[in-house]
Parts: sequence; C-alpha cells; structure tokens
Amino acid sequence: MSEIRSNVEKRRFRGVIVITGLSLFSLLYFGFLSPGKAKTTFGFVLNNEWVLIKEWIIASATGSKIFSGISLVASLLAILAYRKRIQVIVPVGVASFGILMSFITWAASGKFIPLTGLLQGALLLAVPLIFGSMSGLICERSGVINIAIEGQLLASAFVSGVVASLTHKTVWGLIAAPIAGAAISFLLATFAIKFSVDQVILGFVLNVLVIGLTDFLYKKLLVPYQNTWNTAPTFNKIELPILSKIPILGPIFFSQSIVVYIMFAIVASITYALFKTKWGLRTRAIGEHPTAADTVGIDVNKLRFKNVMIAGLVAGVGGAYYTVGSVGAFGKEMTAGAGFIALAALIFGKWSPIGAVFAALLFGFADNLQSTLTIIGVSIPSEFMLMVPYIATIIAVTGLVGRVRAPAADGIPYLRGGSH
Amino acid sequence: MRNSLVKFGQAIKLPGLSFGLAFTLTGLIIAFSDAKVLSKIGSPLTFIKSAVATAGNAYLALFQGSIFDINLTKGHNFFQGFYPLSETIVISTPLILTGLSVALAFKSGLFNIGAQGQFIFGAIGASYVGFHFHLPIVIHVIAAALAGMVLAAIWGGAVGLLKAKTGAHEVILTIMMNYIAGYFILWTLKTSQFLRPGRIDPIAPEVNQSARLPLLAGANLRIHAGIFIALAAAVFVWWLLTKTTIGYKFRSVGANSAASKTAGISVPFVLTATMAICGALAGLGGAVQVLGSEHALNADIAGSFGFDAITVALLGRAQPLGTVFAALLFGALHAGGRTMQSSTGVPLDIVLVTQALIVLFIAAPTFVRFVFRLKKINSSAGLTSKGWNG
Repeated sequence: MSEIRSNVEKRRFRGVIVITGLSLFSLLYFGFLSPGKAKTTFGFVLNNEWVLIKEWIIASATGSKIFSGISLVASLLAILAYRKRIQVIVPVGVASFGILMSFITWAASGKFIPLTGLLQGALLLAVPLIFGSMSGLICERSGVINIAIEGQLLASAFVSGVVASLTHKTVWGLIAAPIAGAAISFLLATFAIKFSVDQVILGFVLNVLVIGLTDFLYKKLLVPYQNTWNTAPTFNKIELPILSKIPILGPIFFSQSIVVYIMFAIVASITYALFKTKWGLRTRAIGEHPTAADTVGIDVNKLRFKNVMIAGLVAGVGGAYYTVGSVGAFGKEMTAGAGFIALAALIFGKWSPIGAVFAALLFGFADNLQSTLTIIGVSIPSEFMLMVPYIATIIAVTGLVGRVRAPAADGIPYLRGGSH
Repeated sequence: MRNSLVKFGQAIKLPGLSFGLAFTLTGLIIAFSDAKVLSKIGSPLTFIKSAVATAGNAYLALFQGSIFDINLTKGHNFFQGFYPLSETIVISTPLILTGLSVALAFKSGLFNIGAQGQFIFGAIGASYVGFHFHLPIVIHVIAAALAGMVLAAIWGGAVGLLKAKTGAHEVILTIMMNYIAGYFILWTLKTSQFLRPGRIDPIAPEVNQSARLPLLAGANLRIHAGIFIALAAAVFVWWLLTKTTIGYKFRSVGANSAASKTAGISVPFVLTATMAICGALAGLGGAVQVLGSEHALNADIAGSFGFDAITVALLGRAQPLGTVFAALLFGALHAGGRTMQSSTGVPLDIVLVTQALIVLFIAAPTFVRFVFRLKKINSSAGLTSKGWNG
C-alpha cells in the first residue's frame, strides 16, 4: 500500500514541477525573450448586462509579466503545500490560470479579446460534451463501458432535426431526441448485458452503424427533400430576469436556450443522485463490486440495463443541442467526434460528475480560444491550437493530474455465479 | 472426409448466418428508404416485388463495381471488365496493412484505434522521401517506404511506451493521437517543404517515378505491386506470432499480462514493441497508398483506412489470413459502393452500415444463435479487449 501511495505522490510532485517549469518558461518567454510590443485589450461587455468595467487595456509585455509572476508565486506555494502534505489543487489551479492568461495577453498583443464572449462560447462548445460525459458517467459508474456516446449524440441530433422539421415545432425535436439516444442505448445494453459482447468493440461498432445510417439517410432524404425534412426551427434564448444582467456571469450562464438550462439541472441532479440517494449507492456498488451488490439483493444486470437506458436519454438531449438547440438543420457527421472528447472529459474528470464538467469546460475553452485567436489573426498555426485539447487529455491520462482509476467492474459483464 | 465436411459446416455456419443477417437488414434499409418502393405500399404483392427488385439492383451494382462488369469489356479487351476487381484490390491493399496493425495489437491484448494516425505519419514520411530525393529505382521505393514505417513506428511505439510507463489506456491515447496526427498533416501540407510549387491547396509534390510502385496490369488498371507487400506483411505477422519467441511473448502478455510478468517477460518492452510494429504496419499502409496509387500526399490521404481497419481486424478475428479476407471484402464493398451510388442512387454510406452489422453479429455469436434458435455448442470465445483498468 505504501508503495502505491508513494507512486501517487511521485506523480503529483512531477505535476507540481511541470507547472513550476511552465510558469518560469512563460515569464521568460512571454515577458522577456519575445514580449508583445503593443497593448492588449480585454472586453467584458457582451449583451445588455450592467456595466462594471467595459474594457481593460494593458501593455502586452507588462500583462504577461504580471500573470506569469502570479503563476510563479502560486507554483512555489504548490511546492510548499506539497512539502507540508496538504492539497495542491488550488495553487496549481491558480498557476495554470496565470500561465493561460499570460499566454493570451502575449498572443493577443495589439488585438481585442472579448473575454466574456470567449467564456460564453466555451460553455456553448462544452454543452454536448457535458451531456455526453454524463451519459458515459452513468453507464461506467454502473460497470458498462460506453464508447457509443458519439453514436448516441449523432443519432439524437439527426432524429431531433428531422422531427422538428416535420412538425415545425422545436419542442417535438427536443422530445424525440432522448428517445433516439435511448434507442442506441437499448442496443448497447442488450448486446453488452444480455449477450455479453465486448463493450469496447460494441461501442465502436455502434458508432460506425450510426455514422453509416445517418450519412445514408442524410443523402437519401435530407438533401433531396431539404424543405420538408431538414429545416428544423431553433429555440430562442431565454434571458432570466435580473440574473442575466449580472456582469460577465449573466451572459454566460443566464442568457441561454432551454437546452443549456436542462443541462444545469441534469448535472445537478446526477451529482446529487449518485452520491446521496439509494439509486446512486446501488449504481456505484454494481460498478465497483457487482458480486457484493448481488449478495445483498440488487439485481445487477437489471439496474445496469436501466442505467444504460437513462444514459441514452441524457445523451439524447445533448444531441438535440446540435439541431434545435443551436443551428437547426442537421449536417452530415455534425457531432465531429464530440462523443470521443466527452469520453476523454469523463476520464480526465476521473469519473466524477463535477470533474467531467470541468474537463468538458476546459476542452470547450481550448476549442473556443483557438477559434477566437484565429479570427483575430494570431500568428500561431491554428492546427497547433486545435491540437491543444487532445494534448491536454494525453497529459491528463498519462498521470500529471494524479492517478486515474475507472470503476473496478467497468466493462466486465456480470454472470451470476460465474467467475468474472 | 464426411467428418471434416461436418466440421467445416459447423465452422462456417455462424459467420454465414451473420453475413446473411447483415445483408438482409441492409437490403431492407435500402428498400424501405426508397420513395418508389414506399409509394406501392398499398398493394402488398407489388410492394414486395419492388422492394426485392430495388435491393437486388443495388446488390447487382455492388457486384459490378467490385468484381466484374461485362459492360466495361465493350470496345476494350476482355481484361478491362476486371477494372472493378482492380479497384477492389487497390482499396484493399492499405486496408490489409492497417487491419494487420489492429490485429497484431489485439494479439497482445491492446486495442489499437490509432492506425489512422500511424497511417498518416507513414504517408508523410514516404511522400517526403519520395519527392525530395533522387535515388536509383528500386532503392528509392524501399527508402521511402522505410521512412514512412519508421515515423509511424515511433508514433505508434510512443503509445506502448506511455501505457507501460504511466498506465494510461491505449484507447484514449490513440483516439487523441489520431486527432493530433490529423491536424499535423494539415499543418505539414501548408509548410514550404510540402507545398507543391504553383499550388495553394494542400497537396504535396508528386513522388518521383523511381519511388513509385510498379503497376501490375498495364496503365488502364490501377492495381499495383502494393498488394504483394500487403500479403507479405500478412505472412510476416503470422510468422512473428507463431514462429518466434518475441511473438510468443506478445501472445502471452495478451492472454495474461500479470502471469507473463511473473514468468519474467518484460511487459513494458512487449507493449512498446507491439505498438511500434503495429505503427510500422499501418505506416506501411500509408506509404503504399502514396507510392502505389495516390503518388502525392494530400489532406485526405488517410480517408477512413485507419477506422475501417478496426472492423477489418474484428471481422478477421485478429488472424492474419482472416484479416486479409476481411480487407478484401470491405475493399470490395467500398469499390462496389461507389458504383452502386452512381448507377442506382443508393448512397455509398450504406456500406458502413453493412460493415457494422457484419462485425456486430460476428462479435455476438450468442445473439445470432438466439435469432436462429440454434443450440449452444461449445462456444468459442469472441474477441475481447480489456476495460479501462486492464
């Protein structure tokens, strides 16, 4: 046991050292070696919220030095915290934020960065990732690996787009989408639980199946009969009174379409249900030790089946975001691998709801920062910016954020009385 | 004799039923998505007739586009009728190599989703050596292919090394590295080294004549010597796995890595070596695609070869010979799918559905037995990968 513990600590120490190195690098590079020559402007106002500060202008080099300095101090605090054996997460978080801001101030020298817009866009890009990772979370906490998130998202995006087009009602699209997600879940559950098919392979095959089917139907129906089949209306933004007026937070959280509010509700209820209810305890039990759960009278496979179906409903709402929740019309393979990023967010977040949400937001932010910097014309090749979420995931899973462990029985079919 | 016939029948029964089921379901989808068929839904007999005719025509076009088309022989020699078969083999060649890459990984207990990225690096390496250098005729091809293989082996081997050193799961690593490779090739094609003079779209210069794989059946057919390379690679993988100590170690770690460790096998070495060889195989696929049929690196060079490779390896049950046949089948589906799309209007993408269904049913023998009410006979274990903690 002590050996495992020391391994974890070694890895955590490595993480602290990496952060310190990056802080030093950003101070030297962005602050001194290659400083920005002009002023950077941060904008804070997006809609009609109350104005606290309109913009903040700072010389790029000075800003980089300040932010790098903050991160360097935070890194040193992290080293101290590590030595005193207390949690390092807060100083490491502050240090990472400092490095990021230092980079943005440097990269956007002479340009305007709409900070609130950047964050709002990040949340919007994270919406399907959050729905997807919640779907994966419910499945994997119950012991069923779900690689088919991509398929769930794509199928429900397709169905919600088509149903909303045919009925001319966004609400029918929103109702149909979870049913489509659940249909994919039904296949996943049936083959994984009833027929004990390998779940990684199964999820992969289901994705291929959904991609093939939606591509086929898209070309066969949606393109030739576009006017009837692919003109889905979209939900309007709902501005919550007063809340939407709060500077920065208002436009980001309280001036969104209904799908985003549903997401907040789903994340909150899953977090509560998983850790505070009987269902949550049982779900975690069948994911960690199904034999023990069975011994105390839980029908393992029945609960797994039920949970996989719930997961499909959740992912389905995420699929609806692609069509009725944002652009309306369905596009070929419009989820573009979001299901896999959602899976990565789940693992990055260590199979915890809050962790997965933060990971998804991080990916959304990286994605949006990339497009924002490309739009304002920053000289870093956009391809490298686009790689960032994936590189971050690799860094995460290779252990810089600590040990990542899946639920113990994840992916193992439960055969009553059999060895598993 | 009779005994072995019965045995053969037993062995082929489930795969046969799986194929039948997959093609039947696909046929139903084709028929039921056709407006003309649906319009006849009032009278059951004409409806069934028209449904069968629609699906039948699609499958006929699939055959004509993948094996032989008598119409192509008119005005040409008889050989030209085999143009579709040549196309099938051209598509199958890289599929065999990427399929072998995934299959070999399965044998070591690894799920290599990264053939796509490895393929890309193989293509980049082969392309660069192919157009940048001027070398004697045979040596140039070999040098270009080797360059691609080495790049891809490093890219693939890194996955094994990271898994061995940090315990990160190869599925996540390879998915992420596929994206990184995808963006890397986009960036590469914009660099001055790779941009073809006079062009602004992302395409590299054509590889020199000396670096191209020879055509096998004249200038009218695209079939090239790459198929022999692919078949040789299949033989190599078979030899490696069954006749060498290192292959024994691979299979041993695949069967039980804890026991292998106790027995003194270095698991980190096996993981790294397997993934490096897998990378080299998929990279060779990329090299062959560049040197054999495309001749120039472009952004879409990898197509879906790396992803289809997974279905190929699954269908081939991770056996070298099985992988070759599976690649030929899926190559035929793709080649035929194009003809089907252009002559009957059934979108090519239906081929993906067929692929997925075939692999799903092959991976779920218990399901196929359930559907056809077959008795449970000594069930051969299906392919399995290891969960996140494996």
